Amino acid sequence: MIAATQPVQRPPSARLFVVDKNGRFDHIARASFVEHLHAGDLVIANDAATLPASLQGIHLATGDSIEVRLAARPSLHPEDINRFSAVVFGAGDFHTRTEDRLAPPHLEAGDRIILGPLRATIEKLLCHPRLVSLRFEGTPDYVWSGLAHHGRPIQYSHVAEPLALWDVWTRIAGPPVAFEPPSAGFALDWHTLSQMRIRGIAFETITHAAGISSAGDKELDRLLPLDEPYRIPEVTAHAIQRTKESGGRIVAVGTTVVRALEHAVTHDGRVRAGEGIATLRIGPSSRLRVVDAILSGTHEPGTSHYELLQAFLDDATLERASRELDERNYLTHEFGDSVLIERSSLIV
Amino acid sequence: MTQDSAIHDLRGVRVAITGGTSGLGLALVREFLARGAHVAFVARTAERVGQVAAENVGAHGIVGDISSKDDIYPIAMQISGELGGLDVLINNASDLGPVPLQMLSDTDCEDLVQAFETNVIGPFRLTKALIGALAASAREGNGAVVLDISSDAAINPYPGWGAYGSSKAALHHLTRIWGEEHASENVHFLSLDPGDMDTPMHAAAIPDADPSSLKRPEDSARELVDIIADTLGKHDGPPIRPTNVLSFEGAIR
Repeated sequence: MIAATQPVQRPPSARLFVVDKNGRFDHIARASFVEHLHAGDLVIANDAATLPASLQGIHLATGDSIEVRLAARPSLHPEDINRFSAVVFGAGDFHTRTEDRLAPPHLEAGDRIILGPLRATIEKLLCHPRLVSLRFEGTPDYVWSGLAHHGRPIQYSHVAEPLALWDVWTRIAGPPVAFEPPSAGFALDWHTLSQMRIRGIAFETITHAAGISSAGDKELDRLLPLDEPYRIPEVTAHAIQRTKESGGRIVAVGTTVVRALEHAVTHDGRVRAGEGIATLRIGPSSRLRVVDAILSGTHEPGTSHYELLQAFLDDATLERASRELDERNYLTHEFGDSVLIERSSLIV
Repeated sequence: MTQDSAIHDLRGVRVAITGGTSGLGLALVREFLARGAHVAFVARTAERVGQVAAENVGAHGIVGDISSKDDIYPIAMQISGELGGLDVLINNASDLGPVPLQMLSDTDCEDLVQAFETNVIGPFRLTKALIGALAASAREGNGAVVLDISSDAAINPYPGWGAYGSSKAALHHLTRIWGEEHASENVHFLSLDPGDMDTPMHAAAIPDADPSSLKRPEDSARELVDIIADTLGKHDGPPIRPTNVLSFEGAIR
């Protein structure tokens, strides 16, 4: 597929590739995706706003320039903002392809780094030389302010223009807890939500700290997605129950929603409200118990997002769908086209 | 309603107030804190923000200029980050226009633009950046309110108040349209006139006004917070009918 290079959330030309439960394909304008929903369906999106999680700075022990990309935190609590898991690169920025980025200087526990107004200490190395746990100094408000003023949205070389927060916050963005945008939600705007309401399609949200999509290293990318905290409101859990009981479909906007809901489902099929940490990896062997369809970006084979789609479709249909996307020149990555995939009736 | 009887009726409600270091804004910060709310306030001067945050324990001080496009998202991020979401946004920061007041024909274009940037465009940008957080609160049943501080100068064509009055008129209409568009999501938009108060802004506009003829900002703040509590369904007793505080949905003097 071709990378979408312009940071436009809802280009008029955005397309939607639809795969229904019988494996039939359709191609429509994404702006009219509501027409593929039914009265009684429940659409659930991730309302996380995106942190400016890329921080340029200095590794004090060597004096080397580094870029720190915050990648995960232990919880969504507003005051729990001092500790992060982070990926560290050497000098440079998003203009260089992630896989070509310089390695960071040799990092050790106890190393101090300066990131604009923020100071941090590497607490420990995690299971890769670029992946660390770090702790910021200062009060939570000081850290929030430092991130707000010094951080930049994480971005990749396929978009040449530096991104601003308004490029990466969805229209429904709430708590700033995602490390990269929950970009499937770019498809939604307030007009679409009002159209859904008129058609009897319900809408609820969860908050999920969407992590980074690539760290530029195969070994490190295999660890993705990292554990991600999420929160499911009571109203969302109740709406899921009501929808299931009345025969409607649960339509997840984005892979993070699938991950949170399928993590929170209990043995009796109910979704637990409250906070949790999504630790599961969804793939071909996963049995989806909550989500019936997913609205998502287009994803290349070999990524964890693609793997997640294998829970919705049998391999043959997914391969056929991937070929179709290639042949029709669908755009990929966060500002690209979208897919609406209904769980195959062949998968139980 | 007295302050005592209302105490802690807004426990846990997450409130953001722009222009929170003086006049009505500061009085709103104190009133919300006294009633148990979680409060973040915004103002331009770091030193003053630090001072007000230190004097009002628990309040989150945020430095930023509402009239600057580049400041809006950092402000919005700190508000919803530090409070963990948002239930009430109060667009209070205002620009009076040229001081001393000028006839429109004498008003520099730059002064008019600055008044609109602070009084209309800034509140628009900030509300747009935070509408997702507010709508989430409404979906969860906490209710959500955006209060845009207005003025009778938004309705009456007072000579000398051209930049301020015309920008407040635009803000008032913006608020009403926003209210119509988000009514079905239970995000309530209010445009309220707190009355003529003894504040630094009023002193700048009318230096020789008799302070004893003006309302105390604390009294206006209490009235406004009562209305917000009522809108959120957190007020015990009969619904509040704005009296001294003018609602443009109600009586206009």
